[in-house]
Amino acid sequence: MDKNELTGAETLVYAKPRLVNDTEMHYCPGCSHGVVHHLVAEVIDELGWAEKTIGVSPVGCAVFAHKYVDIDWQQAAHGRAPAVATAIKRLNPDKMVFTYQGDGDLAAIGTAETIHAANRGENIAIIFINNAIYGMTGGQMAPTTLNQMVTTTCPEGRDPRIMGNPLKIVDMLALLDGVCLATRQSVHTAAAVKKTKRMIKLAFENAMANKGTSIVEVVSSCNAGWRMNPVDANNWMAENMLSVFPVGDLKNL
Amino acid sequence: MAKVKGYVEVNTQRCKGCNLCVVSCPADVLELQPREVNDKGYHYVYMKNPDDCIGCANCGYVCPDAVLTVYRKKIEEKEKV
Amino acid sequence: MSEEISLMKGNEAIAHAAVRYGADGYFGYPITPQSEIIETLMELAPWKTTGMIVMQAESELAAINMVYGGAGCGKAVMTSSSSTGMSLKMEGISYIAAGELPCLLVNVMRGGPGLGTIQPSQSDYFQTVKGGGHGDYRLITLAPYSVQEMADFVALGFDLAFKYRTPSMILTDGVIGQMMEKVRLPEFKRRRSEEEIRKQCPWATLGRTPDRAPNFLTTLEMDSSLMEQRNIHLQAKYKEIQQNEVRYQEVLCDDADYLLVAFGSAARICLKTVDLARAEGLKVGLLRPITLWPFPSEILEKYASKVKGMLTVELNAGQMVEDVRLAVNGKMPVEHYGRLGGIVPTPDHVLEALKKLI
Repeated sequence: MDKNELTGAETLVYAKPRLVNDTEMHYCPGCSHGVVHHLVAEVIDELGWAEKTIGVSPVGCAVFAHKYVDIDWQQAAHGRAPAVATAIKRLNPDKMVFTYQGDGDLAAIGTAETIHAANRGENIAIIFINNAIYGMTGGQMAPTTLNQMVTTTCPEGRDPRIMGNPLKIVDMLALLDGVCLATRQSVHTAAAVKKTKRMIKLAFENAMANKGTSIVEVVSSCNAGWRMNPVDANNWMAENMLSVFPVGDLKNL
Repeated sequence: MAKVKGYVEVNTQRCKGCNLCVVSCPADVLELQPREVNDKGYHYVYMKNPDDCIGCANCGYVCPDAVLTVYRKKIEEKEKV
Repeated sequence: MSEEISLMKGNEAIAHAAVRYGADGYFGYPITPQSEIIETLMELAPWKTTGMIVMQAESELAAINMVYGGAGCGKAVMTSSSSTGMSLKMEGISYIAAGELPCLLVNVMRGGPGLGTIQPSQSDYFQTVKGGGHGDYRLITLAPYSVQEMADFVALGFDLAFKYRTPSMILTDGVIGQMMEKVRLPEFKRRRSEEEIRKQCPWATLGRTPDRAPNFLTTLEMDSSLMEQRNIHLQAKYKEIQQNEVRYQEVLCDDADYLLVAFGSAARICLKTVDLARAEGLKVGLLRPITLWPFPSEILEKYASKVKGMLTVELNAGQMVEDVRLAVNGKMPVEHYGRLGGIVPTPDHVLEALKKLI
């Protein structure tokens, strides 16, 4: 059969999300960010909330998120996205407000803002990309870097006696009464992508239903930072990261 | 008996050749161009075995750059006498 | 309608004035000597009446970034702190200035450096009018010298902030914040509706509507030629503010041989010094900058050719004196008198210092 017989509106099963514009993403080939951006855009569109959604982007690789997803965005100072989102949501309780943050932003410099926003039960969703490394600055150690993992600032591997252990911040957040959803997912297979999408949707619905703070951690790969090709990076992630950061719901009220 | 046929349309100029779609395909349909590159110099993906595509869209879901559009159609095969 | 006159602290006046202005949100973190601002707001509980949000943040960092978030939605939001807390907010203030966001900042200064003292000081002049945070930005800086001005400058600060899309700062100190005076509070204004905000602030991130492209607020620009254009735009705006918004007060300057130049609480002290000097037959006037940025350079330059000398009086080691000297450009001597570390001079101390100049 040729292409013309198969393609058409009625046979379409997957296409670029409508809220993702034509700007070429700056991410490296195979980066998990692009996949999660698409999920965020798809979910907002499916919920019909493009007009009442305000995203808060971080400092880190996702600093340009506003260029790709056609909603209103604010780009926060490093680590402060939950504080920025807190004010946006409190001042606009009828809007859907979410942050999109990496591990350095959320779990290092912004730890206080993350924990206190969650502890107050701010009615926001937090999308947390955990790729165990600082991608934008070229591959330095992150709070979630695995033990023995090599980065440019731990070239002999992370030594927990000197550098501490990988910070399981979502496990910590799950303990807080303000948190209604704390889940850890991944996007390295199509099935994982579909599951992550369902959890992002739930997080956004929770935010609008004023159920408290929802955190969706996406265990991700950073092939450039890890010095691997994209396929190897996803395999390495599945083999090494998912044992430290296992996929599943830590809390889902 | 119904058979499912799929088709993957590739935005070749936007493909970054990351190969994630290739390994996600359960039917071994996709491959990176071994020689050809796009304007950015990436070996972009193409349908190497188009007849085997079942339109599952796994490739689309895992593509970080949304360069793939996936179609699926049920084909009624005529019973052989 | 009978005039509503109250007796209250400067800090309390700021809180009342903010609610009455129709502010949408206050975000702060306790620090002496300004905690009455958030305490008064919590007691007034405006979320039950006007709908204004009042939040105690987990830190000054969080508070200033909450202001960034709120201001980015076109809301009238504010924060307050004191010196050491203000230092923590500086990164956020730079972002707010770069993002061209209107908001009101209040610094009730205490003595520094470091944790310093809780006693009053004016040693954050440099931090406020010369930068503080990184990059080429300016803060509209209002220096109240009475509880009445503490109340009045809330509306003025917000109005200027929205007029120019830039942060305003009320730079005051523990003297004005803590002292009680009578004050006529402003009338209540209604908070703006979302529709009104969308009209007034088409750039606000309130959710994209079909009639416009998405709004995004970012202060990052990787292309240096575009970043230079952004800076040039900011500088043009600052020039416009310098041309239009200089405010000052002249007290007995017309026939003066000597001028005291002082702002805020120091100016309050100098008012009395002028009386004391005049009683001794010394022709002394007071020039009080009300806006510290934009600085009233022109009027000082005018007096430079008329008076024999100027004495700046500040609760610091000599900060504003640099701007006064720049304004008079060597035409006559400009000396500085200041006390440090939370010590507040008396009018007599100032008179003694003035006599040394004469």
